[in-house]
Amino acid sequence: MTIPTSSIEQVIPGQGSMAQPQRAKRRSFRFVANKKAATGLIILGVYLVLAVIGPWITPYDPGARGNDLVQPPSADHWMGTTHLGQDVFSQLLAGTRSVIFVGFFAGIVATVLSVVIGVTAGYVGGKTDEALSALSNVFLVIPALPLIIIITSTLENAEDSLIALVIGLTSWSWNARVLRAQTLSLRRRDFVEAARASGERTWRVIGFELLPNLTAVIASGFVGTVIFAVLSEITLAFIGVTSATTWNWGTILFWAQGQQALAQSAWWWFVPAGLAIAILGTALSLINFGIDEFVSPRLRSAGKTKIKTASGRTVRMRIGFTPVLDNRAQHSHATPTPVVRQEVVQ
Amino acid sequence: MKYFLQRLAFYLFTAWAAITLNFFIPRMIPGDPVQALITKYQGQLSSQAIDSLYVLFGLDKDAGLWSEYVSYWKQLFSGDLGLSFTFFPTPVSEIISNSLPWTLLLVGITTIISFFLGTGLGILAGWRRGSWTDGLLPVTTFLSSVPYFWLGIIAIYLLTGPDSFFPSSGGFDNGLVPAFDQYFIPSAIQHSLLPALTILISSVSGWILSMRNMMVTVSSEDYITVAHAKGLTDRRVAMSYAARNALLPNVSGFALSLGFIVGGTLLVEIVFSYPGVGFQLFQALGASDYPLMQGIFLIITISVLVANLLADIAYLLLDPRTRKEG
Repeated sequence: MTIPTSSIEQVIPGQGSMAQPQRAKRRSFRFVANKKAATGLIILGVYLVLAVIGPWITPYDPGARGNDLVQPPSADHWMGTTHLGQDVFSQLLAGTRSVIFVGFFAGIVATVLSVVIGVTAGYVGGKTDEALSALSNVFLVIPALPLIIIITSTLENAEDSLIALVIGLTSWSWNARVLRAQTLSLRRRDFVEAARASGERTWRVIGFELLPNLTAVIASGFVGTVIFAVLSEITLAFIGVTSATTWNWGTILFWAQGQQALAQSAWWWFVPAGLAIAILGTALSLINFGIDEFVSPRLRSAGKTKIKTASGRTVRMRIGFTPVLDNRAQHSHATPTPVVRQEVVQ
Repeated sequence: MKYFLQRLAFYLFTAWAAITLNFFIPRMIPGDPVQALITKYQGQLSSQAIDSLYVLFGLDKDAGLWSEYVSYWKQLFSGDLGLSFTFFPTPVSEIISNSLPWTLLLVGITTIISFFLGTGLGILAGWRRGSWTDGLLPVTTFLSSVPYFWLGIIAIYLLTGPDSFFPSSGGFDNGLVPAFDQYFIPSAIQHSLLPALTILISSVSGWILSMRNMMVTVSSEDYITVAHAKGLTDRRVAMSYAARNALLPNVSGFALSLGFIVGGTLLVEIVFSYPGVGFQLFQALGASDYPLMQGIFLIITISVLVANLLADIAYLLLDPRTRKEG
């Protein structure tokens, strides 16, 4: 971010620094300065750290049986124990890695696919576009989750990476569609035409002219896919499709459901895992809102909207609207004069 | 009309793709899955079932892939989806036709209510920005991040019990026989309230958000300013000018996100042991009942395609521009 600014200042030294002295600093923190994005990024950071160190800092072995069966939270077991005396808190910590891994791996696979298919379809056009659009529409309309369930259930005891691959391969279509639409609108812009006219190769136009302008769309698509992948993986584990040997939050819920945690009122068994999913999902959604608002400032929540006018009236300004003041109350006694009417006729 | 025919052709193509996918998935399994199943059931499968298994997995060596594919289509057209293992020798089509009405009613009604409720709230939130409606957004974000099934578990935990009005599982009272009479229908409605509420709460937020964003985008258009300047009532500008235009992308979004919604609602059925196709799918998974799983996947896909077609017709009625072409 600092390089382009300094190069501008080199070309026009006085103007650049005089107009916006702190420009470089402000630009590089603009995205993080968005409150929603910052909150989301901090929460996501905590999850990422736990994904790395989680399995090492568990107080107990998540699979180890203990003597305290189905105990509520206590000093020994912060989130209680399961029907085998396993520590729920340890299971939750150990499961973070698998969830984050599948979420991000599937997100990367789907994002790469959607960029390749969406941008190619939008940029190349013609028959290629028609074929690729039809392909992504087919994947869009076929219900993804049942398809993932069917595929993973035929793969006996699939590993995390395989599951992530299946999720990634089936969930790219929405982003591809959005990217295609964006590419179509970028394709005829002057800078792309200029690049083509100066003889740049197609891959270079796509890689260096189009993709930088699609960054926000790609990022928001990636975050959306991560949410979907995390929910899908947990769902698969919850309904018992994937192997129950590696821990993730869905596995915890699977055992809780299977061992009648509800009937035993063992809320500590299923509440933490669900909250962990919900908070991770909220954090990712917040990042996505941040990206949306960064790209299109109209969507930002309104700030102070009540303003006092000079005449002492309180007017509610409405953001996003061109103000139209309603003066009917003040002018109701005034009747239009013939002069005005004549002007209208002319 | 041209637009409609184009969409119809697309859905036929998608149906073909889904069916073909369904044909190939069991054939991708490495090794001999039939032998594994036979060992699993330890002699409970009849020789007839084993034969049909070999056909399903494409392991009857005397048939080529193409002739298998053709006979698969022939079977489909005669409504034959094979025999279920778990409920042997009941045909898959019979099991599905028993459970499909439950799902169609539950998911169909709640999805439509959720769409209208969410769109209405979204209009409000987009039009009255800076008022209390902004508070809706964080709440709905959180709710939409919660997995459907977990919300169902929490609902069961908090709202059901021995004295509660809400039953915790099933689709009707055990003592009743499914029939359209004054005993069965109230019981079925009572059992579907909690699953419906769960689906409604977790799916409504998506509609609120997308409608709000569309309203915000539309409200800065020139025709809105003109409508205000003409002195039209705020309500009229909001409904007839802004909302009508903002609704279009939401309707096409409705069609496209149906696939996601249906996936989520199947899980609600599992949590509530609701006798729809989602619960059947769950039972089929537990028993490695491949014919039933495949049949359910096909039915779900085709239902979603039909729903999409209906949404397209609605779009056709709402947007005059698509009508002009024909």
